Amino acid sequence: MNEILSLAAGNLLSPIILSFALGLAAALARSELTIPEAVAKGMSIYLLFAIGFKGGASVAAHGLDASLLLSLGAGVILSFALPLLAFALLRVMTRLSVLDAAAVAGHYGSISIVTFVATTSVLADRGIAAEGYMVAVAAAMEAPAILSALWLVSRGGTGPKIEGDLWREILLNGSIVLLVGAFAIGWATGEHGLAEIAPFIVSPFKGVLCLFLLDMGLVAGRGLRGARKALTGGLLGFGLLMPVLGGLAGLVMALGLGLSTGGAVLMMALAASASYIAVPAAMRVALPEARPSIYLTLSLGVTFPFNLTLGIPLYVALGQLATGG
Amino acid sequence: MKTHEAKRVEIIIEGPMERRLTRALEGAGVTGYTVLPVRGGSGRSGSWSRAGQVSPTGGMVAVICIIRPERLDGLLEAAFAVVERHIGVVSVTDCEVLRAERF
Repeated sequence: MNEILSLAAGNLLSPIILSFALGLAAALARSELTIPEAVAKGMSIYLLFAIGFKGGASVAAHGLDASLLLSLGAGVILSFALPLLAFALLRVMTRLSVLDAAAVAGHYGSISIVTFVATTSVLADRGIAAEGYMVAVAAAMEAPAILSALWLVSRGGTGPKIEGDLWREILLNGSIVLLVGAFAIGWATGEHGLAEIAPFIVSPFKGVLCLFLLDMGLVAGRGLRGARKALTGGLLGFGLLMPVLGGLAGLVMALGLGLSTGGAVLMMALAASASYIAVPAAMRVALPEARPSIYLTLSLGVTFPFNLTLGIPLYVALGQLATGG
Repeated sequence: MKTHEAKRVEIIIEGPMERRLTRALEGAGVTGYTVLPVRGGSGRSGSWSRAGQVSPTGGMVAVICIIRPERLDGLLEAAFAVVERHIGVVSVTDCEVLRAERF
């Protein structure tokens, strides 16, 4: 326990967390500080490209075995299954309608790539190595949860029709294309390729991540300010409990796969995080009657800050404990 | 200078629906339109802003079409089929254009 608290305290004083806290505090205090939309999108493209490329280069350096395919399969299973757990919890803990509960549940099966990136950064700081292909697992976990959410709604017989365009948008979501594409380039060009562009994607990485988290804090703070009334005690409890349960499910999968300590921590972070880019967009198209003020506030305003501040140190400590790393 | 009567249709719709709307308009024979970004606003679902957003969710776009009056009904039917279940505003105003053959 002391180790977890010490990790959490160290984590809270990192530039990444303090940048997020600055954004959150500024938004809650109604400061006029904003990051332009184009700059935020540019930073997100940079982070996705960098993390994908570095993951691919790591796979090229360390070789590939069946564990990649098994980890991908485990990620897909988690993404399909976690919304079912989230849905059951929401129906017990809150008064959300089936539609709203399914939409929220979909977010918790998918992943937050920034939580993943922040976790890789914490692991790197602590010198804990992880499987490079976990980036590909992150990409594989983006979409299946959307199908689970739509299935949860369609069980009543009046579910949404999944049109061809939605399939394409889900599977060729910009984040997935960039992450997988950069991973493939990193894999193909290996360490030599990484060395060529390292001054661009390695050295400035953490600074860009800080600025991006400043922006995330601003967006989360504005969301919290606007949706305070929608956030009941039950929803807040769900937003804090679900990531821990998801993280534990990720840990079980990681132990079954025999992942390294770093790989187990990343699998936990993926299973614990909730989407705020791919799934909300799909929900707006497929389930427009579901309330974005609930699913975006929970995902970005409750679960994301929890994971960033307390969740990641908890997952690192549990991962180390469980794998003996 | 001689001007001609036309209708200006402004559709403000959720970002993720932009492509579906423009495709529906093209399906209805409306090939001329302009898509404008919207910075923020407030409505029945509360206020919103595009500042710092990386996802199209939570943001709106404005699609503006100027057409001949006799084509208005076809456009509105196509637009309504997309907008019906979503957050958005459809408005029609009278306007005048210089080159009628272009609309």
